[in-house]
Amino acid sequence: MPIAKVNGVEVEFELGMTVLQVAELAGEEIPRFCYHERLSIAGNCRMCLVEVKPGPPKPQASCALPAAEGQEIFTSTPMVKKAREGVMEFLLINHPLDCPICDQGGECDLQDQSLGYGRDDTRYEENKRAVEEKYMGPLIKTAMTRCIQCTRCVRFITEIAGNSEIGLISRGEDVEITTYLNAAVTSELSANVIDLCPVGALTSRPYAFEARPWELKKTESIDVMDGLGSAIRVDSRGLAVLRVLPRVNDDVNEEWISDKTRYAVDGLQRQRLDKPMARDAAGRLRPVSWGEALDIAAAKIKGAGSKIGVIAGDLQDAESMKAAKDLFGPLGASLDCRQDGSGLGDGPRESWLFNPTINGLDQADAVLIVGSNPRLESPVLNARIRRQWMAGKLTVGVIGQGGDLTYDYEHLGDDAAAVSGLAKSKSEFAKAFKLAQRPLLLIGQGALLDAGSLAALSGLVKAFNLVRDGWNGWAVLHTAASRVGGLDMGFVPAAGGKTAADLVKKGGASVLVLLGADELDLSKSDAFKIYVGTHGDAGAHAADLILPGAAYTEKDGLYVNTEGRVQMGQRAVFPKGVAKEDWAILRALSERLGSALPYDSLDQIRAKLFADHPTFGQIDYAPGSKPSSVDLTKLGDAKVASKGGYANMVTSFHLTNPIARASVTMAECSALASGTKMAAE
Amino acid sequence: MVGILEDKDRIFTNLYGLHDWGLEGAKTRGCWNGVKDMLDAGSGWIIENLKASGMRGRGGAGFPTGLKWSFMPKEVKDGRPHYLVVNADESEPGTCKDREIMRHDPHLLIEGCMIASRSMLAHACYIYIRGEYVQERERLEAAIKQAYEAKLIGKNNVNGWDFDCHVHHGGGAYICGEETALLESLEGKKGQPRLKPPFPAGAGLYGMPTTVNNVESIAAAGTILRRGAGWFAGFGRPNNLGTKLFCVSGHVNLPCNVEEAMSIPFRKLIEDHCGGVRGGWGNLKAVIPGGASVPMIPASACEDLPMDFDALRELKSGLGTAAVIVMDKDTDLVRAIARLSYFYKHESCGQCTPCREGTGWMWRVMERMATGEAEMKEIDTLLDVTTQVEGHTICALGDAAAWPIQGLFRHFRGEVEDRITSYRAGKPHVAGHTLVAAE
Repeated sequence: MPIAKVNGVEVEFELGMTVLQVAELAGEEIPRFCYHERLSIAGNCRMCLVEVKPGPPKPQASCALPAAEGQEIFTSTPMVKKAREGVMEFLLINHPLDCPICDQGGECDLQDQSLGYGRDDTRYEENKRAVEEKYMGPLIKTAMTRCIQCTRCVRFITEIAGNSEIGLISRGEDVEITTYLNAAVTSELSANVIDLCPVGALTSRPYAFEARPWELKKTESIDVMDGLGSAIRVDSRGLAVLRVLPRVNDDVNEEWISDKTRYAVDGLQRQRLDKPMARDAAGRLRPVSWGEALDIAAAKIKGAGSKIGVIAGDLQDAESMKAAKDLFGPLGASLDCRQDGSGLGDGPRESWLFNPTINGLDQADAVLIVGSNPRLESPVLNARIRRQWMAGKLTVGVIGQGGDLTYDYEHLGDDAAAVSGLAKSKSEFAKAFKLAQRPLLLIGQGALLDAGSLAALSGLVKAFNLVRDGWNGWAVLHTAASRVGGLDMGFVPAAGGKTAADLVKKGGASVLVLLGADELDLSKSDAFKIYVGTHGDAGAHAADLILPGAAYTEKDGLYVNTEGRVQMGQRAVFPKGVAKEDWAILRALSERLGSALPYDSLDQIRAKLFADHPTFGQIDYAPGSKPSSVDLTKLGDAKVASKGGYANMVTSFHLTNPIARASVTMAECSALASGTKMAAE
Repeated sequence: MVGILEDKDRIFTNLYGLHDWGLEGAKTRGCWNGVKDMLDAGSGWIIENLKASGMRGRGGAGFPTGLKWSFMPKEVKDGRPHYLVVNADESEPGTCKDREIMRHDPHLLIEGCMIASRSMLAHACYIYIRGEYVQERERLEAAIKQAYEAKLIGKNNVNGWDFDCHVHHGGGAYICGEETALLESLEGKKGQPRLKPPFPAGAGLYGMPTTVNNVESIAAAGTILRRGAGWFAGFGRPNNLGTKLFCVSGHVNLPCNVEEAMSIPFRKLIEDHCGGVRGGWGNLKAVIPGGASVPMIPASACEDLPMDFDALRELKSGLGTAAVIVMDKDTDLVRAIARLSYFYKHESCGQCTPCREGTGWMWRVMERMATGEAEMKEIDTLLDVTTQVEGHTICALGDAAAWPIQGLFRHFRGEVEDRITSYRAGKPHVAGHTLVAAE
């Protein structure tokens, strides 16, 4: 490896690294505003200037300069110090002195770096520049006078989010960052520009003036808004979650999160179920004590025999599903964690996983997307597909509804016939898929609704050799955070049991236990419905008995993401009112039923979970493409007729779960996205 | 005889538009003569001769043209075509040489494009012409059409090198004269300079190997090769060879464009071609010798000054585009430089911090200097600001904005100080005045 000298100290580096990266290897901090590891290099802020020998006798922008063998890099010479002071002074002459009323205060790059590299006085006697206000939608609050024109937001939206909605207009000192004619930014990843903005020009609108960063308790947790399981940091104060920020996890979300992940949290304060309730004779829900509620539940369950149905919702943690399985399984109840009617759950574990792993997308050279709109179902994952496509290394084909995915693709049909016909298809994509070294079959829930479609997909495994040495191209994209965990522990009907769709039919069950299940049509069901959950949504409206549970920010829980990675969420705040953690409710209920569950603490239930289902014990581990061969060619049932056109399961990105539906911010975004509200209103 | 250069040695023989600009006229003046032989002699021969001629780029930086051409890859690899781009975005205040070439001798340019393209294995050339040059573009397009019709250029032309020439009309931004900003603009993007490296010879237009040359450099190539490198090298001082178009404007009796030998003494240039300084030689105050971007020099330095790259560099100025702006003793130098500062503030692209913020700051202070409202201590602040801009930017516009101000204070600081003093003299209520007293 080549060697360079940083301030006289020799450092080994990899070819292709920039001077800035080499200096960081040596432990030197280089101030920067425009440079960001995951964006293209702009080199425009000029803050990262260093002295380099050999080179011209002037400071060089280290972010854009390739390091070379034998180079000498100086980061603290008088020339460098003067250059940084100069640049900092220029940045500050037109930057308003409104830190006391700026939301970025306390987490502002400009504030921090001016302390380290700025002058102690001002020499600028002129008036400061003012920039006209801009509108960027309900999420991004703008104060463009503070903008230092680093163009990180422009580069993020253009390169990663994939729609050029933010740009730099005018020139010279009049340059302004704006959206076209003040239109709202429509990208599902738009709010990441708030994190990227090094100053207070783009701040969070829903979080405006809520808190200062130093007041917040920061809890590292896992997102449940989609199947990806993004790493998040939950910032809370007292009982309220105030905001969610991304954490870096290079294997999953890198450092982006979707707007829903970030802004659905105001839904945690609204429509909450904070006390047990039971329907009285007049058909109205009225508050009851926990004791009464559990008595009612126990009585109903005892009287139902085996005609019990338990349906787990999309946000459920593994522990509560385990408790439900341990409690109701022995009673002969039908369990199901697939509200949407997905046909997965029968085959080997690999059949419901995103086997190539999310990181594996960076090696894929052909992707066939079936029955999914990844842009809506998992925007962060979609950005990875886009990145690979941008690099020119990926061919994409779509079977299903399609839509604007932010990259080009070949549309190959929308039903099972198109899937099974692909092997004989003469399309460009079929050829590329055949020749691909790393073919990836991305399966959305829209293509898994019947056994016939599953069989057709299964047929592709052999036809295109999807499972090969070191690569398993079978990639199921789940939309529900609870799904893989549920399937892993067998939270599906036993032989002869009823599926969720059957359970909600008239006469489907005598007692229906809904664990946060809100995506079902319960209008036909005549069962006694016990709802264990957090929000007054579809499930609670239909329920006869409500047992208030804890939302994902209010409990420690395990979630398995779409690639089979077990991740641990942590409690940031306590549940609302007298609500309890879900597994504890089930544990209390088991006592009333006379079959107490054998655990009294979270640790004990986890120990039981790990013992019964060892995959849960491997925290932060994704199995990926295991070398052992696995047979995915015989899934589904080819004799079942497929239902025809694959519809995308997620049509309204902002309203996919009860928390998001309770969120005012999400409602506003949804109205904008669906066109019922105009940006200018 | 007037000046040094004789008529027989002029390259641009129709500089004043006295003759036919069209193909027939150009051919009678020798243009297109022997082009096929030059092309057949090959890339190496062309570059060797250009190097031997000592031609330095006429766009301002003075980089040896032959050397620049030799940086292009020697073969076309991986299906990556080479491009020649001609910088006809002549926007430097004071400069007006390229427009005369394009108006009156466009075939010299087209011929040069072809030869240069052959030398760098390019089959396509883009001429990026300044937005305000409408008539020039029409003339150039007409000339290109003539050349196509005569099969001088295009596919299967008589010269035996497939070559297409396109004219692109710019939007009128000064910054698009910077070579990488020009490439961005040509690609349809916002005209902002790119980071270097990579240099255009490695990754230029559409990421392909590209060379960007000034109109005059390219247009002279045909004649240089026809008459021989030795002929061209016979003019001027060593390292500053050849003939050069000078654009003399300002306080001379006959402002003009003139082709002269390099290193012609300034006084001879002015007195032989321009009818002398207004009010006589003694009335000369200062000269901006190479377009608005270079620092001015005082009259005292002009007496025996050879007009070439090296002599002017020794005076901490530069030949630039050889746009000589002459200023006599009536000139308000501070006002003049303040106006230039406004120009740079207006034309900064806004991409990088020092130039975006610094040009506006410098202009505002200069405006107050021009009226005398500024404070004395601001002079040093201003000079410090110019050094904070200079050398810290992506492209040379930051330098260009800083240098005129530095030039002013290097030679005429006293004038600014006098103005500030006299402004304050009759005005005891001026804030700075009382402040000074209180200090």
